[in-house]
Amino acid sequence: MLMNIQPSQAGTVESNDILIILNPAETGSGIKIDLTSPVLKKYGSQIKIVIQEVLNGQGIVDAHVSANDRGALDCTIRARMMTAIDRAKLGEEVQG
Amino acid sequence: MKLRRTMMFVPGNNPGMLINAGIYGADTIIFDLEDSVAISEKDAARHLVYNAMKSIKYPCEVAVRINHISTPFGYKDLETILPVKPDLIRLPKAETAADIEEIDVIITAAEIKHGFASGSIKMMAAIETARGVRNAYEIAAASPRMVAIAIGGEDFLADLQTSRTKDGKEFHSARGQLILAAREAGIHAIDTVFGDVSNEEDFIAETIRIKEMGFDGKSVVNPRQINIVHQIYMPTTKEVEHAERVIAAYKESLDRKSGVVSLNGKMIDVPVVKRAERALAYANAAGRNNRRANL
Repeated sequence: MLMNIQPSQAGTVESNDILIILNPAETGSGIKIDLTSPVLKKYGSQIKIVIQEVLNGQGIVDAHVSANDRGALDCTIRARMMTAIDRAKLGEEVQG
Repeated sequence: MKLRRTMMFVPGNNPGMLINAGIYGADTIIFDLEDSVAISEKDAARHLVYNAMKSIKYPCEVAVRINHISTPFGYKDLETILPVKPDLIRLPKAETAADIEEIDVIITAAEIKHGFASGSIKMMAAIETARGVRNAYEIAAASPRMVAIAIGGEDFLADLQTSRTKDGKEFHSARGQLILAAREAGIHAIDTVFGDVSNEEDFIAETIRIKEMGFDGKSVVNPRQINIVHQIYMPTTKEVEHAERVIAAYKESLDRKSGVVSLNGKMIDVPVVKRAERALAYANAAGRNNRRANL
């Protein structure tokens, strides 16, 4: 990974939302995404692309993401990922 | 004429509500980062509102209620939200003109930074304390960005050390002063929410009362309340027809360069014309006036 992160969580399992659990991973291990979703077959790859994009955009190349999707739109996935990443960044005030 | 009959609060940390907020027909939707969001979720709500506004085209005016700038959250709210250009920033618990002026400076800097037209992001303030009521005009007139002041209900009642009554006498003085301040400043006055969504009878009575007092609209907390408010603000057919006759007579007199206008023997002056324009604006918004008078 390019930056030091700690385990974090964002989102809920309410309808239209997605629960993201973000964990650090060994350097060089890449991004691993475990996704559960009622629309896994149809939109699973798209959801993973969005998750990957946000991580890359924030300079995170090694991480384990556990995502429990409840029908979230892309904008919601991006928002929950950003919150999880903010919370995961060490040494920053992220809850304000 | 911009109408703000209904301003609907939408909790900022609820994706389903944020996504669907535009479909209910409210004149304004207010994405809330303040009271409806738990302190531990302020960061999450900011990201959600930012991303929703960035990707969804809402068919109505979009406001964001930020946390007060005296809290640890207010500045961060502005920093996150201003780049997606909300139509309105709503400040809660406004007590002085300085509150407004400080946010105005931040908005001005954001408009320059992001290349938005100068003055395109408007402001409104909720007045929720006795001190705020006393300073209502100064708050209303503190910036050219100000388009409305609203009365915030529960906090105001706590400050006043009273509680809700059926006929709203606890709000009587504050509502009166708010209307006067808004009118003097030339901006909208918006009434407080009515939280008991199941009590339609008292909601209707309160909305009729505040319309008669001169309020331009009401804050609502549930989509079910929107049509009720719009119905109450809808002019009758007789009022619309009279307004159309007034406007026609006024236009005719302008064409004739006549100083005096009369309709059915009654003199029509500017206040009468303005009232007619207001009635037609409400009728047009409600779709009642099919002829769509050119205002």
